[in-house]
Amino acid sequence: MASKAFRKPLPLQALLIFFLVVWVVMAAFPFLWTVWGSFKVEGDFFSKADWANAIFGTRTRAETGDLFTGQGYYGAWVQEEFWRAALNTLIVCAATVMISLTFGTLGAYALSRSTYRYAFWFLIIALIFRAMPPITLVSGYLPVFFDWNLWGHLPTAIIVLVAINQPFTLWMLHSFFNNIPKDLDESAMVDGCTRFQAFRHVIVPVMWPGVITTALFSFLLAYNDFAITALVLSKENQTMVPKIASFLGTTQTKGNVMFAVAAVVSVTAPLFVMIMFFQRQIVSGLTAGAVKG
Amino acid sequence: MKHKSFFWFVLPSSIAMLLFIFFPILSVLLQSVFTEHEQVIKEVRNCGPFGCQTTTSIDQEATAALREAEPLGRFVGLGVYFDRGHLALSEVSQLWRESAGLGAFFDRLLNLPFYKAIAFTLTYTFVVTPLTIVLGFVIAVAVNSAARAIRGPLIFVSLLPFIITPLVGSLVLFWMLDARGIIGSAMQVLADDPDLSVKASTPLMWTMLMVYGVWHSAPFAFIVYYAGLQTVNQDTLEAAMVDGASRWERIRYVVIPHLLPITTFIALIQLMDNFRVFEPIVSFSAQAHATSLSWAIYNDLSGETRQLSSAAATSFLTIIGVAILLSPVIVRTYRDFTRK
Repeated sequence: MASKAFRKPLPLQALLIFFLVVWVVMAAFPFLWTVWGSFKVEGDFFSKADWANAIFGTRTRAETGDLFTGQGYYGAWVQEEFWRAALNTLIVCAATVMISLTFGTLGAYALSRSTYRYAFWFLIIALIFRAMPPITLVSGYLPVFFDWNLWGHLPTAIIVLVAINQPFTLWMLHSFFNNIPKDLDESAMVDGCTRFQAFRHVIVPVMWPGVITTALFSFLLAYNDFAITALVLSKENQTMVPKIASFLGTTQTKGNVMFAVAAVVSVTAPLFVMIMFFQRQIVSGLTAGAVKG
Repeated sequence: MKHKSFFWFVLPSSIAMLLFIFFPILSVLLQSVFTEHEQVIKEVRNCGPFGCQTTTSIDQEATAALREAEPLGRFVGLGVYFDRGHLALSEVSQLWRESAGLGAFFDRLLNLPFYKAIAFTLTYTFVVTPLTIVLGFVIAVAVNSAARAIRGPLIFVSLLPFIITPLVGSLVLFWMLDARGIIGSAMQVLADDPDLSVKASTPLMWTMLMVYGVWHSAPFAFIVYYAGLQTVNQDTLEAAMVDGASRWERIRYVVIPHLLPITTFIALIQLMDNFRVFEPIVSFSAQAHATSLSWAIYNDLSGETRQLSSAAATSFLTIIGVAILLSPVIVRTYRDFTRK
């Protein structure tokens, strides 16, 4: 900001600040509104009488005698057994991230070190796979999964998510490995390591920043997925996101839309914490492919 | 790297992609040209005291046996692609003959499920992508001019709509847009129409789905542009200023050329992601007003009877759509690589 070249005229500065305020409200307000509203009764969150009821909780006070109520959370987590879905999500995400990173680091390392043409074609095919909407593959899975009795189980969803994750993981880790100097592993090999030993003892210790960033995005892909988990998992094994979708179908008619609101807040909370701790890695991951290339 | 060690390193990843991406594509293609066997009809002659009657009934055993023997069903070639649920060739040609003008033709064309889905998908893709890029760019410029101390929190808040689960993010927005929600009631007051409801109006529903789309993906464009702005060459900027370039000229001739490759990257990712628009339609329960190709596949596959071959045909048409959309990019990547 020191240089005069970057000082802006006052009206422009004011316009930018105004715009920034509008954007911050647009980005944050829906979440604040929903978190606040999730502790109210339905009559307040969807208020026919007065929108301000959602803020002051008029009906919540009338119905429960208190300003806040945990009814929505109780209904979702205990009555509708949302905890089961949360547990399934935990299993699916943890397994997907671990397996796809194991496969991905091995593959991406080889792709970044190979000088042959087929490595390039491998990446192009991965890019094409990345471009295809995952839901187009589901009708290819279903008959086989039904025939072999694989449909509905968590491991099936995990391995499908791992495969769908691979193209992205390979591309991202490939660009990270390209930044690790080749001399490192090559000098290890001159000293008598095999390729795998060089990878294991020289590359693995220095690859963690890239791997953690990629892990965050693999996690997001598994956590946010709806298309695959909704169609491949049976009702008992549902993860959180399809479970919320099923709330919309069944409980909304019973007047329990607040269950869904509470569940939505519960799903958002871990993401919130994740951005708080890993903001730097998320930003660097989003820009990895773009700015360097 | 030696061929042999390359092979072993990429093996796990390749097997996963081969089994769960490549083979399923073949399976989708195969299923889309077969359809379920029709039920076997048998004729039974009942002869009673009043003469003989021929009745037809479904032969359950024979049907089951046939389905068992040929699980893929019967071969129909491109039949599924041309039926009413997909390209609807005969319906389209009939409409073409009967409709008075082009407007009437398109009106009725959009009643056919596949054309309805593709119309929304394409509109969504080509409206949301440029708006995302523009909004992302403006946010990036604004954040870049903010004081350094508040940039961290600004980025944190901006990331929220992008990181949030799409189904959940669109639900959060949809509840606010509900006629009894805060934005919904605000719109009713502003439009002075107490019956205004997003659920009841097609243009409003389309608009809101696209508003969600821009809200959801603008942060991505923002982050990428913001990072790009950090790497603009400061010396070039100052040199341009010494040479008497105005603010606009500095942006036009220094900043924009620097950001152009980044824009291509954002556009590519956004085209890919917007073409698969799906979750907001589920959250908004918008199917009466807007459907997308992904939603059509989901609709075929969920529910009691899974219409596999219909879903497979839509899937394959979607894959063709993605291929057309991305062909310029693939060609460019290839040229870039061969030039190196």
